[in-house]
Amino acid sequence: MKMMSCKEVSRLVSESLDRKLSIWQRMQVMVHLMMCGMCARFRKQTLFLHAAAKRYFGIMDEGAGVLNDQLTTEAHERIKQSLKLNGQ
Amino acid sequence: MSEDQNDIPIQLTDPAAWVDRHGDLLFRYAMTRLSDRHVAEDLVQETFMAALKSGQFSGQADERTWFVGILKHKIIDHYRRRDRERPMSTIQQEKKQEDLFDEKGWWCVQPAKWPIDASNTLETAEFWEAFRHCLDGLPQRMRMVFLLREMEEHSTEHLCETLKISAGNLGVLLYRARMGLRRCLEINWFCTETEEV
Repeated sequence: MKMMSCKEVSRLVSESLDRKLSIWQRMQVMVHLMMCGMCARFRKQTLFLHAAAKRYFGIMDEGAGVLNDQLTTEAHERIKQSLKLNGQ
Repeated sequence: MSEDQNDIPIQLTDPAAWVDRHGDLLFRYAMTRLSDRHVAEDLVQETFMAALKSGQFSGQADERTWFVGILKHKIIDHYRRRDRERPMSTIQQEKKQEDLFDEKGWWCVQPAKWPIDASNTLETAEFWEAFRHCLDGLPQRMRMVFLLREMEEHSTEHLCETLKISAGNLGVLLYRARMGLRRCLEINWFCTETEEV
């Protein structure tokens, strides 16, 4: 069995977040990860960011300091105006 | 005798009050996903207009959830529209990503060791600022599929269908987005030295 390259493994690590890999693919990835510390590290980091991404919108929507953006006063007025015009 | 609650028409609140009550939240919601003030403002306006036109909300959720639901659709529509306007060729010419592998497929820029204290990192505002910075640095199309897939958690089937791309293309875009984000955070947040071989 030819060992997969790190590039192929990184691709499959990414794919495993979107679909179930075949048994054969999973086995190859597993074998590679057992022997390659870099890919094992890469996988851990990718999973970490995957988990972080899921929380991103929640954090941002709460406006937790990072992106405390608001509509400008002008935008407020403009939108109100158009609602009024169309509501009549 | 049984009164079906769903049959009771739900009274709409005064549209004039919508903007004050929900405007900023919806705007922030759109900004997070689009990073473009003008587009975000427009979509908030479109959302309220659509709400006004539809005249009633089904009453399964509260008003805010209703607005957010409409806005979500507006955002996807916007992504799709923008996507159609950009021919594939220019997308492929987008800045080439740094090559992390050599020609044999081994790491040439090895993943650096991150001092991951996951729970701690995720609690700091600075991390999310860096995350946003890196996300906004991704090429537009990559950023879009990443947002929709990782954050909105749309299924890949649904994404292929709405964005009219093949599963293979979607996989490549997601892969590049994840690689780009990881590398960017490595440089900008975890800021440890990378060992280049």
